[in-house]
Amino acid sequence: MSLADPTVDTISDHDLARPDPGRRGRSGFGRLLRSEVRLVFGRRRNQILLTVLGLVPLIIGTAVRLSNDGGSGDGPPFLNQITDNGLFLVFTALVVSLPLFLPLAVAIVSGDALAGEANLGTLRYLLTVPVSRSRLLVAKWLGSAAFAASAVGTVVLVGLVTGIALFPVGRVTLLSGTSVALSEGLVRGVGVGCLVVISLLGLVTIGLFVSSLTEVPVAAMATTVVIAVISAVLDGLPQVKVLHPYLLTHHWYDFDQLLRLSPDTGLLLTGVGVQLAYIAIFGAAAWSRFTTADVSA
Amino acid sequence: MTNPVTIAQEGRSAGPPGAAPSAAAVPDPATTDSTDVADVAIASTALTKRFRGGQVAVDAVDLAVPPGAVYGFLGPNGSGKTTTIRMLLGLVAPTAGSATLLGRGMPAAGRTVLPRVGALIEGPAFHPYLSGRANLARLDAADRTADPRTARHRIDAALARVGLGNAAGKRYRQYSLGMKQRLGLAGALLQPRDLLVLDEPTNGLDPQGTREVRTLIRELASDGTTVFVSSHLLAEIDQICSHVGIMSRGRLVLQGPLAELRGEQDAVLTLQTSAVPPAVDILRGLGLTVTEAGGDVVRAAAETAGAPAVQDVAVALVAAGVPILGLALTRPTLEELFVALTGEGFDVAR
Ligand SMILES: Nc1ncnc2c1ncn2[C@@H]1O[C@H](COP(=O)(O)OP(=O)(O)O)[C@@H](O)[C@H]1O
Ligand SMILES: [Mg+2]
Repeated sequence: MSLADPTVDTISDHDLARPDPGRRGRSGFGRLLRSEVRLVFGRRRNQILLTVLGLVPLIIGTAVRLSNDGGSGDGPPFLNQITDNGLFLVFTALVVSLPLFLPLAVAIVSGDALAGEANLGTLRYLLTVPVSRSRLLVAKWLGSAAFAASAVGTVVLVGLVTGIALFPVGRVTLLSGTSVALSEGLVRGVGVGCLVVISLLGLVTIGLFVSSLTEVPVAAMATTVVIAVISAVLDGLPQVKVLHPYLLTHHWYDFDQLLRLSPDTGLLLTGVGVQLAYIAIFGAAAWSRFTTADVSA
Repeated sequence: MTNPVTIAQEGRSAGPPGAAPSAAAVPDPATTDSTDVADVAIASTALTKRFRGGQVAVDAVDLAVPPGAVYGFLGPNGSGKTTTIRMLLGLVAPTAGSATLLGRGMPAAGRTVLPRVGALIEGPAFHPYLSGRANLARLDAADRTADPRTARHRIDAALARVGLGNAAGKRYRQYSLGMKQRLGLAGALLQPRDLLVLDEPTNGLDPQGTREVRTLIRELASDGTTVFVSSHLLAEIDQICSHVGIMSRGRLVLQGPLAELRGEQDAVLTLQTSAVPPAVDILRGLGLTVTEAGGDVVRAAAETAGAPAVQDVAVALVAAGVPILGLALTRPTLEELFVALTGEGFDVAR
């Protein structure tokens, strides 16, 4: 071949300007993120997960309504308050969903995030588009976090609607015995929802890290659920009390603080801090793994 | 490119992980001045990949793909083609050696170079529950250099180009193997590209599809796009290549312009006749070197200086009353070239 070949010109430097990599930095990320969110929420499996989560408050509310049993003292926390104030259905449903349903939903989506793309082979095509590995990781984290937020949001919203439909709603009697206006009760309810979302972000990050280790999505999902369950089991064993403050799930149920007149903000902040620590540690681990690993799937 | 036909030296072994590339004369691609005009579309220096477990999948490969070439990257299954491509595209980190795409060092320059490169790597891969169009939209959305306003148009154009226009709304899961392969090609064609890296683009296609892909590659190449196309089927590719590189057991055993590689191999005149001895005498009388005579076949080297043209041979044979059952002038196929070079068949070597 000859180097004077006219085709050489097609690779001259001024042509580099054609697809301009610097042109749309942030909007480019917005597009990727929207695509990611659409992928997560458009997937039938994930829609079913959200539907199942919505059924939790619906079933509890219906059962309480039909049984007309207003306070035997058994059952999950807040159950007995529901007949007095439908708002408490939200909190009952959250407490019921936290041991398994919510972690399962989070683990399925975050565990699938990278391993699923690797398994399909779509990861190699994303990376050669190119998407930088760091950006993709951040987009995957945000997509999984958005799903976690929607999972909690579904429980809260369906709980609220069901509660209002089936039970009287009015001034809210807090756990400390004081009663506050419904509007303040609703604000506290939203705060509870936000706290639960934050509690799940550590697990989102763990799921993403595990997902970066394998090309088998089911393995990543199962491992992530198991991690959440083991944490809960350890949290129930007084013999390992020394570990408790550091456990992923230790502060998951502290949100009831927001239902007291003067919440223990120190405790709540500690819970948030633990989640931030998990995000930082497993986020760094996922980053160092994902940005260096060979993509041979 | 002073010596366009290079036959890799035998016996060079891959260094230990992290060993310096053996060819010190080539400038480190990572530090190459970025304003240089690329005079090679793809170059690699002692590119080596040793997988965990010790297997050397790619062994000191020095690729040189000139701009504008259609470069056939050939080799049996397992010879290291895909692994080489993964290293070129920054998916797999080389154990040793380095590579440049369009003059920039990979993987460091991936951000600026890869938008100009369309790739098909080890077959197509898409989300099964999304339509073909939605899958392309996802790839386009991931491309920060792509203009979202033209996305729809570019996606439809790419789909039309590979003949998927009517199946664009179908879920990928319902695609046939050939349709999947086409969608993969469409993904590589979402943007105008300076370089296409196509790993086995005809896999799973029927003969008609294979022809279409070949036509597509020719078209793209005539637009000035450099095409690097791998295949384990020599015959499928050698019709469209301007250059070839041949892999065997992780090593690049041969590369260069196809015409030169072919030219180095003597053409062979094969005569089928029921009168072998007189035919041999006549061919010798015409100045040809007879290399084989037996049964009803006579072969002669036909490319020596002063050798007569085939039609003259035919005339002479007929004039002498030698019956011609068949007469052909053939050059060795790439496969025969490969066998001659490696002493092996074109089968999975490991
Ligand atoms: N991720 C991997 N881990 C270990 N060995 C691999 C991996 N990928 C490929 N190989 C091996 O490397 C060799 C070359 O494979 P490949 O590059 O896919 O060949 P080709 O594309 O020419 O068929 C094969 O022997 C294959 O088994
Ligand atoms: Mg291959």
